[in-house]
Amino acid sequence: MRLGLCLLAVLTILFLAPAMPAVAAEDVRILNVSYDPTRELYEEYNQAFTKYWKEKAGQDVTVRQSHAGAGKQARAVIDGLEADVVTLNVAYDLDAMHEKAHLIPADWQKRLPNNSCPYASTIVFLVRKGNPKNIKDWDDLIKPDVGVITPNPKTSGGARWNHLAAWAYASRKFDKDEAKVLDFMRKLYANVPVLDTGARGSTNTFVQRRIGDVFLAWENEALLVTERLAPGEFEIVVPSISILAEPPVTIIDKVVDKRGTRKVATAYLEYLYSDVGQEIIAKHHYRPSLPEIAKKYAGRYPEVTMITVDDELFGGWQKAHAKHFTEGGVFDQIFRP
Amino acid sequence: MAAIVTNAKLAHAAPRTAVRHSSAIVRWLLVLTAVAFLGLMLILPLVIVFYSALEKGWQTAWAALTHPDALAAIRLTALTVAIAVPVNVIFGIAAAWAITKFRVRCKSLLITLIDLPFSISPVIAGMIFVLLFGAQGLLGPWLSAHDIKIIFAWPGIALATMFVTLPFVARELIPLMQAQGCDDEEAAISLGANGWQTFFRVTLPNIKWGLAYGTILCTARALGEFGAVSVVSGHIRGETNTLPLHVEILYNEYQFAAAFSVAGLLVGIALLTIIGRSFIEWRMQKSLLRHANGGPTASSTLEQAGSE
Amino acid sequence: MKLSRSGHRPVIPGFRIAMGFAVLYMSLLMLIPLSMLALRAGQSSWDELWATFTSARTLAAYRLSLGGALIAATVNTVFGLIIAWVLVRYRFPGRRLLDTLVDLPFALPTAVAGISLTAIYAPNGILGGLLEKGGIQAAYSPLGIVIAMTFVSLPFVIRTTQPVLQDIDQEIEEAAATLGASRWQAFRRVIFPSIMPAVIAGFAMAFARAVGEYGSVVFISGNMPGRTEIVPLLIVTRLEEYNYAGATSVALALLILSFVMLLVINLLQAWARRSAPV
Repeated sequence: MRLGLCLLAVLTILFLAPAMPAVAAEDVRILNVSYDPTRELYEEYNQAFTKYWKEKAGQDVTVRQSHAGAGKQARAVIDGLEADVVTLNVAYDLDAMHEKAHLIPADWQKRLPNNSCPYASTIVFLVRKGNPKNIKDWDDLIKPDVGVITPNPKTSGGARWNHLAAWAYASRKFDKDEAKVLDFMRKLYANVPVLDTGARGSTNTFVQRRIGDVFLAWENEALLVTERLAPGEFEIVVPSISILAEPPVTIIDKVVDKRGTRKVATAYLEYLYSDVGQEIIAKHHYRPSLPEIAKKYAGRYPEVTMITVDDELFGGWQKAHAKHFTEGGVFDQIFRP
Repeated sequence: MAAIVTNAKLAHAAPRTAVRHSSAIVRWLLVLTAVAFLGLMLILPLVIVFYSALEKGWQTAWAALTHPDALAAIRLTALTVAIAVPVNVIFGIAAAWAITKFRVRCKSLLITLIDLPFSISPVIAGMIFVLLFGAQGLLGPWLSAHDIKIIFAWPGIALATMFVTLPFVARELIPLMQAQGCDDEEAAISLGANGWQTFFRVTLPNIKWGLAYGTILCTARALGEFGAVSVVSGHIRGETNTLPLHVEILYNEYQFAAAFSVAGLLVGIALLTIIGRSFIEWRMQKSLLRHANGGPTASSTLEQAGSE
Repeated sequence: MKLSRSGHRPVIPGFRIAMGFAVLYMSLLMLIPLSMLALRAGQSSWDELWATFTSARTLAAYRLSLGGALIAATVNTVFGLIIAWVLVRYRFPGRRLLDTLVDLPFALPTAVAGISLTAIYAPNGILGGLLEKGGIQAAYSPLGIVIAMTFVSLPFVIRTTQPVLQDIDQEIEEAAATLGASRWQAFRRVIFPSIMPAVIAGFAMAFARAVGEYGSVVFISGNMPGRTEIVPLLIVTRLEEYNYAGATSVALALLILSFVMLLVINLLQAWARRSAPV
């Protein structure tokens, strides 16, 4: 038995050794904490950036990725997950990083072009082949026999965009009569059978588990499904109005200063705005922010009428979040059993 | 959990031999019900895992298991097990020794406390460590100032795993050692053995199968913990992903065959675990029988030890 | 009977070191972290806590978790009794295999259980498809949650009842039979009372496990607030909204519940030990 204990100790050391990452001095590692559907995008982008940084600075950089629902990721960063850069999908979560933990300055959004949003997307409907329920617009989603798939806005940034897009439609339709708008939202959520915690969970539910008739999806996720994941099985329907979703990125000052990675982290985000970065962004079905690249790929994206969150209807993320997604907000009112 | 099982088995370890004769119809009805229920609830999920894993062929499954991220997950899981299990084995022995060999006040309170991680939701287990060590937590600022990473790094994962697997060994040993009493130890001491000698030469041989059993259960749980680890992991690919979290990641990347392949690996380990458990239970019964029939007593063990 | 001899034993050494280590380890790993819950919850006022705890959504989650666990534990008690009976009393091919497999839910990672159960019970899964034709939705409904809870808490009743059943003196049964009792009467009057404590303990353990389960349920439940949202998920959701007060108050309530249940289980076990057939 004593032999057994010795063996255990040896094994422990053996396992411990490789698990403690030994990084050579000149190498650098950064962690990118991102939301759910950007997995494929950053997998390719990280390779491109590693190559670029090796040529430019002669340094080997390894980019680690962490993906989950945006709310969960923001919470983890606030609780101390040492992200050098965050690439989340609503500005509100990044504001929270400033307010709750002072990880970034208040004017973080001014530091990179286009309000720190290197790409954009929007919300579209993904329906099954042939559109059996004949879904054309938001109105069709509240019909009694239609199953709508969307994640939970409390934990998923994408779902917040879905929610606001639906709200925008209803506000326009009922001329901002809040009672009627709320009623519309209530009917919409009554048709939701599964409320996953992240966008990826919802895609799985809709595509793999065949639940629901329409999936309120990121445009890039919808294109990923129709072009690569299950070609020919699904169709994209563009509603009469949607929302311009702009996922913001930033470096986390507190972390990069502590780890001495400010230079490489900043370059990582700036490279997203380069031609190479924008090409990769376009390849993964996001809408590039550089005008010339955007023009080049314009034909690939459906024409959508888009409202922004800064529209007077919402008044920016802070107001929108306070009204819709805080404790007791619109979403909670809808789900009051 | 398994405690009262062993407890009851200890008291009456004799294998039964006589077979009842109830009416054939009732008998087959009952057997069929049992087989159907277990088939539906246990065997079907197993089949699904292996079927889905191999749906795209051996190569895909192998590639999924040898992917660098999968290997990193295997290593992290192994590290977690290597920390959590030995610590909990030592704790289990110490707690069982203290509780069963001495008259302790608040004994049932102590046992209830040891049991607590069994019934605490794993989510809470993860959350309390975030509250304690997280950047917004009590010790967060101090840890950050001293550049010690606990949450979102392997120490946090190890801590959460230690927490959820804390009771296994202790709860296995307590009833066993209680049933065995202290006669052997007292005899050994009166024959002049010191504490460690008594423990290693007398107690340990007596409890070795129970200990092995608890260790196996503890290992299985440490390998597979999801809820608690998920809260403290940070989900960094290739760094803070354990195997169960890696399954979830692959699942969310539409790599279903890969997800089920890694799941298949875990199922394989689980199967090995319960087979090992079965084996140990069989050995335990045998050694108990021997013990009951005047097997090695303390004095004879000591004599043997002395003559070695 | 086991404790009667504990009067005079000053000779055995190691109490201080063993007890000291055990208590230190438990304090560091469990008690101090757990006290964080109380500390955090204490930062908000009593009214706030009460409001969070009695909000419709929290109550719905508690109803679902407790109700689901109750159903799961009941199902497992009924089938667990049958399975234990079959495993102990009958010999048939594959018996040992079944006996071994019963422990699978203890050893199988819950996430793996979650995805495979979802694959089975989703509308395009093997059983989900069948159920769908019958108009029953399994995955993403309370039924799915009950199925997952049933899976994770399946072994308890079997494993608590089996040994007791094994040890029931068959002569008593036979005596009952010779006295003219039918098999059913013999079961009800003789066997049932003696396995009762074990069954109740198994039920309570299954219930406790099912209430706290997260990993497998989260895959198969629809996660709809008020409809298919279980308590552990509500805690996670609250946590991810930066609502620590909400998360801790819900968690604290669940913690107290677990503790009380455990005390009850331990009392039941003590009772079972005392009333077990000698």
